[in-house]
Amino acid sequence: MRLPVFFLIALAVGLVAFGLALTFGNDYVFYAGYVVLQFIVLATAWNILGGYCGYVNFGSAAFFAIGAYSTVALHKLATSPARYLPDGILPFAEAIFPLSVPTLVVIAGLVAGVVGLGTGYLTLRLRGAFFAIATLALAVVLQTLVLNWSFVGGARGAYIIAPQSVAIGAYELRYIHYLALTMIVLSVLAVTIARLIERSRLGYGFATIRDDEIAAEACGVPTLRLKLIATTISGALMGMAGAPFPYYIGYVDPGTAFGLSYGVNSIAMPMIGGTTSWIGPLIGAILLGTLQQIATVTISSAANLLIVGLLLVAFVIIAPKGIVGHVQDYFRNRKKEAQ
Amino acid sequence: MDFTVELFINAIVAGLLLGGFYAAVTAGISISFGMLDIVNIAHPAFIILGSYIAYIINQTFGIDPILISIVVLPAFYFLGSAVYQVYHVSFERRGQDALRGLAFFFGLLFVTEVMLILVFGVDYRYVKADYIDYAYRFGPFSIPMRMLIPCVLSLLMLALLQVFLTRTFTGRAIMAVSQDQLALRLMAADPVRIKRIAFSISIATAALAGACLIVIQPVEPAVGREYIGRVFAICVLGGLGSLPGTLIAAMLLGIVESLTATYYGPSWAPAVAFGFLLLTLAFRPSGLLGR
Repeated sequence: MRLPVFFLIALAVGLVAFGLALTFGNDYVFYAGYVVLQFIVLATAWNILGGYCGYVNFGSAAFFAIGAYSTVALHKLATSPARYLPDGILPFAEAIFPLSVPTLVVIAGLVAGVVGLGTGYLTLRLRGAFFAIATLALAVVLQTLVLNWSFVGGARGAYIIAPQSVAIGAYELRYIHYLALTMIVLSVLAVTIARLIERSRLGYGFATIRDDEIAAEACGVPTLRLKLIATTISGALMGMAGAPFPYYIGYVDPGTAFGLSYGVNSIAMPMIGGTTSWIGPLIGAILLGTLQQIATVTISSAANLLIVGLLLVAFVIIAPKGIVGHVQDYFRNRKKEAQ
Repeated sequence: MDFTVELFINAIVAGLLLGGFYAAVTAGISISFGMLDIVNIAHPAFIILGSYIAYIINQTFGIDPILISIVVLPAFYFLGSAVYQVYHVSFERRGQDALRGLAFFFGLLFVTEVMLILVFGVDYRYVKADYIDYAYRFGPFSIPMRMLIPCVLSLLMLALLQVFLTRTFTGRAIMAVSQDQLALRLMAADPVRIKRIAFSISIATAALAGACLIVIQPVEPAVGREYIGRVFAICVLGGLGSLPGTLIAAMLLGIVESLTATYYGPSWAPAVAFGFLLLTLAFRPSGLLGR
């Protein structure tokens, strides 16, 4: 399937799902769906580095929070630019504020991408384990920085009041619908990027790194550059997933934005779905995301995190190839038997 | 803030005591990550588990937390054996230890933390012992017992481990196992058995470190996360797998953190470890006493 066709089909699927959700006549579907979509973006982004290159990123929460807090900072700036900005750029700032959500998403992507590049540059030249540890520590340190940064609320957190609706042309769109649509486009974009990478020279380069980095280096694959590209794309997508979050949740504090659950989920979902192709994280995110939404409502929110953790441990031990990998194996075996 | 000599010396002393404790926390990682190449990021979770066990027994029977940790050492040793067995069968033998092994330990860390939250909630827990509120005073300087005892204990533990690793056959085999497994086999030692023993010891140290932690400060389930950056920073800075290096690096980090907390405020202290880690990785990845 050609790429534009794939993108359009994926977008169509997303819009049909949106239309179906509208017929429910209940906004809860959108609140729950938003979280699942957010996890699709996070899981797909994680998989670009983790699944394709074999480098584990434990700091998904850090990149997600970078996105969320860049929105908080810009929102704060937009409320009273005269207080925080020098006079020279004030007219310019007043002209562009308040920024729309898509613009915020792009800015968050840029910031998170740069942080990803920086972390990667410092740690990717070493063994893979160092990168993993550094990302874990990155989350703790960024949290410390945000805790001490009173402009974005520090430990108290920040309130972001989202408008009731947004006007697109003559049509008034409910804000949660607007956010859900943004997330749909974002997740379609993420999945398309993942699929594009998978079938390009870049993807083959990533696969050589995953399978044998030293051999790849010896064959002339520019491993460091490829790893940096992967970290940047992955980090940027995670940041983009976090950008609309303050408008969705209404109140952001370091504890929620840096929650370990983002880190665990974005690893567990690809691992459970299967890490070698774009469809693995998608399946994992939809299954696990929905399961968590159900568990949150029926059991408790702490229990649903326990479920994710246990599933992750169980899957890496019992079914290391994930759902997609094992389904593929099953069909391959059946074909062999048929011959 | 005024710069006074007393304040400075107090900060240094507090840093040294803190560093001694950090060495106990890191000793387990130095063995598992440094010597065995097992990236056990769940280690801090085991430490918190140790803290909670000390807390429960201390609450119900009033026994000294340090004593409790020494009694539960064997239990942690067997827990370590069990974890290693799972790790070995599922990842080492399949040759997938890198990516999935990391995910496995991350899952363990998370599951332990969430279980503790489900059972005990997120309240801070602390232990009772006579010496906790006591401090030696020399003029303007003070040495709190709740810092001194963990520090002395961890120095003792490190010394014991170092003697074990350098003087006994099993200990030397542990040092050798990451370098050349074939040579180890030729010496009639089973590498898997040696690794299991070493990993079990590394988890056993978590019992003691956990008891020390809850003596030093109140503990809640998520505290372990702060230690992940710290322990790996110390382990890498010390030169992977070198216990003397671990001690020096731990003392250094302790002093720098204590100075940061004194002059800039305690909320900045967690960032120090990361700065340490990044600088080490960027400039001297083999660590201070690296081979």
